[in-house]
Amino acid sequence: MTPRQTSAEDVGQAPALTIDALGKKCPIPIIMLAERINHVPLNGIVSVLADDPAAFTDIPAWCRLKSHHHVASYELPQGGWAIHVRRNY
Amino acid sequence: MAYFDAASTEPLHPQAREALIAALDAGWADPARLYGPARRAKMLLEQARAEIAEVLGCRSDELSFTASGTQAVHLGVLGALRGRRRAGSRLVVSAVEHSSVLHAGQVHEAGGGSVETVGVGRTGVVDLEAFGAAVRAEGTALACLQSANHEVGTAQPVAEAAELCAAAGVPLLVDAAQTAGRAPVPPGWSLLAASAHKWGGPAGVGVLAVRKGTRWRSPLPEDERERRRVPGFENVPAIVAAAAALRAVAAEAEREGARLAALVDRVRAEVPRLVPDVEVIGEPVARVPHIVTFSCLYVEGEALLTELDRAGFSVSSGSSCTASTLRPSHVLEAMGVLTHGNVRVSLPRGTSEADVDRFLSVLPDAVRRIREEAGVKL
Repeated sequence: MTPRQTSAEDVGQAPALTIDALGKKCPIPIIMLAERINHVPLNGIVSVLADDPAAFTDIPAWCRLKSHHHVASYELPQGGWAIHVRRNY
Repeated sequence: MAYFDAASTEPLHPQAREALIAALDAGWADPARLYGPARRAKMLLEQARAEIAEVLGCRSDELSFTASGTQAVHLGVLGALRGRRRAGSRLVVSAVEHSSVLHAGQVHEAGGGSVETVGVGRTGVVDLEAFGAAVRAEGTALACLQSANHEVGTAQPVAEAAELCAAAGVPLLVDAAQTAGRAPVPPGWSLLAASAHKWGGPAGVGVLAVRKGTRWRSPLPEDERERRRVPGFENVPAIVAAAAALRAVAAEAEREGARLAALVDRVRAEVPRLVPDVEVIGEPVARVPHIVTFSCLYVEGEALLTELDRAGFSVSSGSSCTASTLRPSHVLEAMGVLTHGNVRVSLPRGTSEADVDRFLSVLPDAVRRIREEAGVKL
């Protein structure tokens, strides 16, 4: 899968925090992300590991609603995605 | 109790009920036979066909009755592809078509054909430029576009799509399930499918119209019913009731549509004001009058449906937890909008203002309770 909504300067930036939401159904991965995004510094990257298909759509949608930045979603070898989000404020 | 799930099925119209009961006595015989009761059943069937054809804007002999809207779509898609085999084997669909269109496409693919899916924008409107390019591509046999989306209420630019199809010489199948009886069918279609229980008729009646001159070959074993288009004995009483309902709703469509649209406008405006962290979904202006969809952040769709049911509201959801497949709605996915915490409110004919007000008063607490129980402190 090609990453969606990529911007060159963010892709490849190492995540400052990884949230393991594998096996968790939406909205739980989103709740975990919302609670912890402020644990990374401004412009830091949070990587959410999730395998609920809803998370693949909902995390980018959450970013849009909350004015954070969805960097890219990378497929994981074991299934699911690492969904990278940049803290904007 | 307030029933807000008209997009799934509209309650039976009183005139349909009356017509159904009368036709159970008058229209039970086999319309294909030649004796008195059969001739009467045949007359009722053909009268219903003429009435429905008039409302939908086609000729009687172009219109066939099917067992459901889904069957009408299946037969329309697969029959048109079969009839156009020599032109090619590409099927073009929008990404937000009803599952019946997408499932027919899967059968087509399994048989060696190809399906090109055209994306939609954030409000669910098909990308017309991409649609045009897709139908112009070599070997396109058929294109499909719904009149309006069943989950978010967004109206599609069918007339414009039909022009693009006509210019490319490709037939267009329009799935008008959400608008038949509520709004005039946009011009330019080659095949049209709809479902009676969505306009207040009984379940078990779909309609498939195939324009004169459109190539079509039945994908099913041959049968003489319905001009060889649909196999099986027609459900004459239900068809008569479907015609009665369509006549009645079409006559009041403009007035009732405006009334429901005002109620929907109120829901669209009030929900984001009353409930924090909500996304109202779908086209704000170019839409059907009776459907409004929104998603509540951090809320499980199933929990919200249960809470609303307890408060006396029947609504539906596109969230994955409410689907038997446990996948989110393909419509919400294609639009790139929030899929969890999703609620579709679709107002049946006669919905009272008081019921909508009560919904708006119950919803904020329901959402707050679910968020609290999930430990959301945001």
